[in-house]
Amino acid sequence: MATVRPLGRIARVGSSICRNHRFFLNRSPQRRGIASCVDPAHGLTDEQREFQKVAFDFAANEMAPHMAEWDQKEFFPVETMQKAAQLGFGGIYVQPDVGGSGLSRLDTSVIFEALSTGCVSTTAYISIHNMCAWMIDTFGNTEQREKFCPELCSMEKFASYCLTEPGSGSDAASLLTTAQLKGDHYILNGSKAFISGGGDTDVYVVMCRTGGKGPKGISCLVVEKGTPGLNFGKKEKKMGWNSQPTRAVIFEDCAVPVTNRLGEEGQGFNIAMKGLNGGRINIASCSLGAAHASVQLARDHLLVRKQFGETLSNNQFLQFKLAEMATKLVASRLLVREAATALQENRPDAVSLCSMAKLFATDECFNICNQALQMHGGYGYLKDYAVQQFVRDIRVHQILEGTNEVMRMIISRNLLTESS
Amino acid sequence: MSGRVLVGVKRVIDYAVKIRVKPDNSSVVTDGVKHSMNPFCEIAVEEAVKMKEKKLIKEVVAVSCGPQQAQETIRTALAMGADRGIHVEVTGKDYETLGPLQISKIMAALAKKEEAQLIILGKQAIDDDCNQTGQMTAALLDWPQGTFASEVSLEGDKIKVVREVDGGLETIKINVPAVITADLRLNTPRYATLPNIMKAKKKKIANMKPADLGVDITSRLEVLRVDEPPQRQAGVKEHKHGARNLAEGTL
Repeated sequence: MATVRPLGRIARVGSSICRNHRFFLNRSPQRRGIASCVDPAHGLTDEQREFQKVAFDFAANEMAPHMAEWDQKEFFPVETMQKAAQLGFGGIYVQPDVGGSGLSRLDTSVIFEALSTGCVSTTAYISIHNMCAWMIDTFGNTEQREKFCPELCSMEKFASYCLTEPGSGSDAASLLTTAQLKGDHYILNGSKAFISGGGDTDVYVVMCRTGGKGPKGISCLVVEKGTPGLNFGKKEKKMGWNSQPTRAVIFEDCAVPVTNRLGEEGQGFNIAMKGLNGGRINIASCSLGAAHASVQLARDHLLVRKQFGETLSNNQFLQFKLAEMATKLVASRLLVREAATALQENRPDAVSLCSMAKLFATDECFNICNQALQMHGGYGYLKDYAVQQFVRDIRVHQILEGTNEVMRMIISRNLLTESS
Repeated sequence: MSGRVLVGVKRVIDYAVKIRVKPDNSSVVTDGVKHSMNPFCEIAVEEAVKMKEKKLIKEVVAVSCGPQQAQETIRTALAMGADRGIHVEVTGKDYETLGPLQISKIMAALAKKEEAQLIILGKQAIDDDCNQTGQMTAALLDWPQGTFASEVSLEGDKIKVVREVDGGLETIKINVPAVITADLRLNTPRYATLPNIMKAKKKKIANMKPADLGVDITSRLEVLRVDEPPQRQAGVKEHKHGARNLAEGTL
């Protein structure tokens, strides 16, 4: 019977579609076929494509369905992040001997870009956590590495990076939190501002002043939650990044053992900046993911929405706009991946490239997401549609881990220094 | 029961991709289209790996038939926990006409060669929906089969299989060696972890041709034409009182 057979087939496969099974559950744009010219798999090795695939699958199944809820409820998705850690995402570029995955900066960028399509805010926090774990892994001694890294890599414990203060943002080296040596402890006094994860995390990597003025007087201490004198401010209300809490971190005669100091006294600023080089690539990668998802959403909308008797995809202005968005996305991605490779290989241009990549990618990707929102018309402004969350979430990428203005400072200094 | 499990994994067009028919109506467009492991094959791999973790079996061998790209699918199985892979190379026109009968002959030959005690396959592939390979393989080997499995448990030298059938659930007990085909609710496949993906690089994939197994892969079927389903027609409004003759109505 002609009418029955198609239904029968659909019912057979359809019954599986209706079930709450991870394959057929998620039809969101993050899961649809990838328009080929912006396919982030281009140029990657087979192994990198495998990493990317796991990250995309995880993003589509475990993060994307909850991204709006996490934003609205300001929920810190500890369980989901721990699931991610089980796959190796807790310490992606941390060495395997302390529980890390030992991958390259480029692998890391690919992974964060893919995860970000599921939820930018959560992925960005995971990247900050990774940065802290790497700092301890790289600059810590054996005891510190063995004490902190395994639990960070498994996300049994979460980490926060504490550099910014109410009085020192871009002028980070002027920070005022003091750490006075008293016997075998440093006594910390001061406060840090805008700390991602602050109050909910367990391990705080804190840059504080042990010596004189300027960068050379700064050391890096690991402060554990529960240490007396470690307090937190109120949870900030933000435009985006709502799946991670942001609080001030306050030290009042907080005693931290000297054995928790990473590296030497006076090395702290250097450690902080080295951490940020990678952090900038990670944040830029998160912007790439958001832009990629937004381009997909815009494209799908243009193919469906009709005005003036035809789909928006027939409108030349919108076609050209989409082409420009795609071009800027691919250009950003190439710069970020090149910076990742340069950092991995310790090239002399690595720091400048990381700054350029962060500057370019975060700016361009914000514009891409914003354009994608515009293409959705009024619907783009509604919280029922994901594109506004991408816009809100990546806006801050142009500000933190070094404002894009500071990125320009770094790049121009490289150009104008006599010896270069 | 200890020993070797063969798991067949098929590389198919990704389930989320919108399928397009070639302009000459010969087949579906596959060039440049995203492919991945058949979802039911993922479930089969997961079941085999779980059995190995429970120490019920010793080795999981992932098998795929097709061109060079089939190795990607085997690598995914290795990353999920399979121990080694076998790539049976079939290319070009032979690959286009490769179907369940040829695959079952290959699987049967491999089962004998590898002295496998269990073959786990997906119940069907999402591209052709044939639902034949498992059954044919069992028939060729004269092994019992537990198809549409939603639960599998090894009990000594027998396997208890709960099957999802039209009438509900049927529980059977079959002897080992056997063929199982995995249905949707058998398990939820794991994500490959980063360390496992890296370990998978070192695992071996053996290469061979169907001829090496003494299998003739000439097809007995010829595809005449592939068409998209007819466009959905407008519905017909029924009168308020009494239904129209259903035979006149459209879908």
